[in-house]
Amino acid sequence: MAAPSLRLSDVTKSFSGVRALTNGSLELVPGQVTALIGENGAGKSTLVKILTGVHQPDDGTIELDGAPIRIRTAADAKRHGITAIHQEAVVFDDLTVAENIFAGERPRNRIGLVDWRVMRSRAAKLLADLDAPFDPDVRVGSLSIAQKHLVQIARALAVDARIVIMDEPTAALSHRETEDLFAIIRRLRAEGRAVLFISHKFEEIFAIADRYTVFRDGAAVGAGRVADATKDDLIRLMVGRSVDQIFPKAVAAIGEEALAVEGLSHPTEFDDISFSVRRGEILGIYGLVGSGRSEVMQAIFGLQPQARGSIRVAGQTVAIRRPHDAIRAGIVYVPEDRQHQGAILKLPIAHNIALPNLGQLSRASFVSLAGERALAGEYASRLQVRMSGLGQLVEELSGGNQQKVVIAKWLATGPRVLILDEPTKGIDVGSKAAVHRFMSELVSQGLAVVMVSSELPEILGMSDRVAVMARGRLRRIVPRSEATAEAIMQVATDA
Amino acid sequence: MTQILKNRDALLALVVAGLIGAAALAYPGFAAPGNLAGVLDDTAILIILALAQMLVILTRAVDLSVAANLALTGMLVAMLNAAWPSGGVLPILVLSVAIGAALGAVNGLLVWRLGIPSIVVTLGTLSIYRGMIFVVSGGAWVNSHRMSPEFLDLIRGTFLGLTILSWFAVAAVVAAAVLLRFTVVGRNLFVAGGNPSAAAYIGVDAGRMQFVAFVVSGAVAGLCGYFWVSRYAIAYVEVALGFELQVIAACVIGGVSIVGGTGTVVGVVLGALFLGIVKNALPLVGISPFWQMAIAGAVITAAVVLNAAQVKAPSRRILKEAEA
Repeated sequence: MAAPSLRLSDVTKSFSGVRALTNGSLELVPGQVTALIGENGAGKSTLVKILTGVHQPDDGTIELDGAPIRIRTAADAKRHGITAIHQEAVVFDDLTVAENIFAGERPRNRIGLVDWRVMRSRAAKLLADLDAPFDPDVRVGSLSIAQKHLVQIARALAVDARIVIMDEPTAALSHRETEDLFAIIRRLRAEGRAVLFISHKFEEIFAIADRYTVFRDGAAVGAGRVADATKDDLIRLMVGRSVDQIFPKAVAAIGEEALAVEGLSHPTEFDDISFSVRRGEILGIYGLVGSGRSEVMQAIFGLQPQARGSIRVAGQTVAIRRPHDAIRAGIVYVPEDRQHQGAILKLPIAHNIALPNLGQLSRASFVSLAGERALAGEYASRLQVRMSGLGQLVEELSGGNQQKVVIAKWLATGPRVLILDEPTKGIDVGSKAAVHRFMSELVSQGLAVVMVSSELPEILGMSDRVAVMARGRLRRIVPRSEATAEAIMQVATDA
Repeated sequence: MTQILKNRDALLALVVAGLIGAAALAYPGFAAPGNLAGVLDDTAILIILALAQMLVILTRAVDLSVAANLALTGMLVAMLNAAWPSGGVLPILVLSVAIGAALGAVNGLLVWRLGIPSIVVTLGTLSIYRGMIFVVSGGAWVNSHRMSPEFLDLIRGTFLGLTILSWFAVAAVVAAAVLLRFTVVGRNLFVAGGNPSAAAYIGVDAGRMQFVAFVVSGAVAGLCGYFWVSRYAIAYVEVALGFELQVIAACVIGGVSIVGGTGTVVGVVLGALFLGIVKNALPLVGISPFWQMAIAGAVITAAVVLNAAQVKAPSRRILKEAEA
C-alpha cells in the first residue's frame, strides 16, 4: 500500500458542549477510494467540514505527506489540493456553468479583467473530458442535480485537486447517473488522486471503494480493505455501540386504532405509504436521510398539499389539507428543526406553551393570562422543564429543555396522536432520558406516538414496532421482538 | 410573448419606449432630442445612485442611507466651497468621494463585522447622517451666491448635446458594466449574494463583499451629494429627503432581485429612466405629480409579481431515483 497522503489523528470537535467528533482518525491514500461509513450523526459531515476549512478542530492533527498542516479557510484547503463535492450541490444557480467551475479563481487577462473566453474554453474542455451533456454558457439553475454534481467535479479538476471528498454524491442520483459518476471516480483514482467517498449505500461502497473507515458516535471504530469485509461486518461496526443509554420503555396496554394511514402518496417524495398506530403504542419510523420519512409525517400533518391518500383518526376518516385540520382531528407534530419550526425562541415559555391553545384560553378574543399561566405551569412541571420561571425566553433554555417546551405546547392541546420527528436530536443525555421517560408515560395514558428517529438505539429501545423506510417507500414493519440493529439496517440500506 | 417575458430587460425597454411614445402623443415636444436630453440630465443622479445601490442589493443587503449620505456630503462640500471659494472644483470632487466612502464604510463595517441586518444599520445611519447635517450647518442654508462659479458650472457644461452631469451618468453605466462583468470583485458580488454558504466553500467572504458594496455605494452617494447641491444650487438639511426610496425603486423595477444574486446594469438604467420619464411627462400631460408615486408603486408591484413568477421552486426528488 502506498503511503497515505492525508492523515487525520485523534481530531475532536464540540459544538456548544455537544461532542460531534471524539476521535476523528482517517487516512487517505493516493490512487485509492476510501469509503467513510457511519450512521446519521456519526460525525462524517463534521469531518468533511474540518477538511474543507469550514470548521476548526478543537484538538488533534492533520498531516499532509507527513507534514502537519492547518486548514483555517476554504482557501487553505484549496491550496493543499483538497476539494469537496457536497451532498446538496453547492453551486450558484444564477451564474453560468463556466463561472461556477472557476468561481474560486477566474482566469484573467493581462490587465486583470476576467477573461471570459479563456474561462469558457477551459470549461468546455473540462466538461468534454467528463462527457458532460451541457454547454459552459448555460445557467446552473437549469441543470439537474446530477449535472450540478458534474459542475462541482469539474471545479475539483480545474484546481487539480489531489484529494477529492464526495459527501453522499449519489444521494439524489439515478442508477445510471451513479454509474456515470463511478466512471469518473475510477478515472480520478487512476490519475493518482485520493478520493474520500461518503455513502449510505453498501452496494456502492463495494462497487467503488478500495478501503473503508467506519465512524460511530464521532469516533473511528474500524478501518480496512473493502475486499476483506462483508456488509454484515460493516453494519456491525456501524451500529454496535455501547449500551450505556437506558431506554425506560414501559409496557403499556395497547388499545384500539388511533391513526391509520392508507396509500399515502406524493408525486415526488413518497409512494403508497400505509401503516397504523394504536393507543398505547409507540411506532418507530426509521430511514436514512433522504428516505422520505419526514415528508410522510409532514403530509399527515397537512404540510404537503400535494400528498394523496386516506387518513383515519380513531376510526373516522379525516380530510387533512392544512395543519389546522390535523390539530382538530387530534394529531400533533413536533418537528425536527426546533429552532425554525418548533418554538418561538424570542417568546417566553408561557406564551409558547399557550400558543396552540389560545382558542380555549380566550373569551371574546381576549386571552386569559391567568389561564395561560396555569396551563403553561401544569405542562412545564409535568415535563420537568428546567427554567427560572414561566416568563423566561425559550432561547435562553438548553436544547433539551427547548424540546420539552415544544412537546409541552402540543400536549396541552390534548391530542390523540403525537408525532415526534427526531425528538432527542442534539440534546444532552439527561434531557434525552426525560423525553423518553415522558414518552412512556404518555402512551400509558392512552396516547399513540409516532417517533421518527435516526438513532437506532432510540428506535430499538422505545418502539413497539418499527416501520423502515427507504427511498420514498415503506419497506417493512418490524415488530419489537424481531427488531435488531442489523435487521433494520439491512432493510434501510436495501437498494 | 413568453420570450419577451423571459428577457425582462427587453420588456422594460419596450415599456420605457411606449411611455415616451404615449407622452409624445399627448405633448409632441416630449420626444424632441432637446427635451429627452433634459430628461436624462434630470435622471442622471438617480441612474448613478441606482447603479451603486444595485451593487449593495446584489449582496443581499440594502442601503437606506444613500440620500442622507448625499445630503450630508453635499452640505459639507458646499460649506467648504463657501469658506474656500478659490480652492477649485478638484478638491471638492475628491473630498465628496472620500467623505461618502467613509460614511459608507461605517455601514459596511457594522453589517460585516457585527452581522447586523443592513436594513437596521442603514435605517440608523440614515437618521444619524441627516441629523449631522443640522449639526454642521446649524440649520442654515448654503445658497448659490455663496458657491463659486466653478462649483456651479462643472456639471452644467455640455458636450455633444448632453450635460456633463449626463456624461457622468454614462460613465457610471460603463464603469458598472465593466465592474460587474469583467472584474473579480464584481463577479464575487453575484457569488456572495447568490449563495453565501457556497461562497464560503470557494473562499469568498460574503460579509466582506457586502462591505465593499457599501463603501462603493457611499462613495457614489458622496459624489452625487456634490452633483445635487451644484445642480439645484442650494444645500440644506432636507436635500433629497426620501430619495433613497426612488433609488431602490429603480433597482426593483429594473429587475434586481431584492434577495440578492441577480440584476443587470441595463435593467437598472431602464428602471431609473422609467421613473425619470414618468416624473417629467406627468406634469406635461396635466396629471398631478402626486400620481407619480402611485404609478411607480404599481410598476414596482408588477415587477415583483413578474419576478416571483419566474422563480421556480427548487426540485427535490426522493422517488425519481427509485424508479430510474
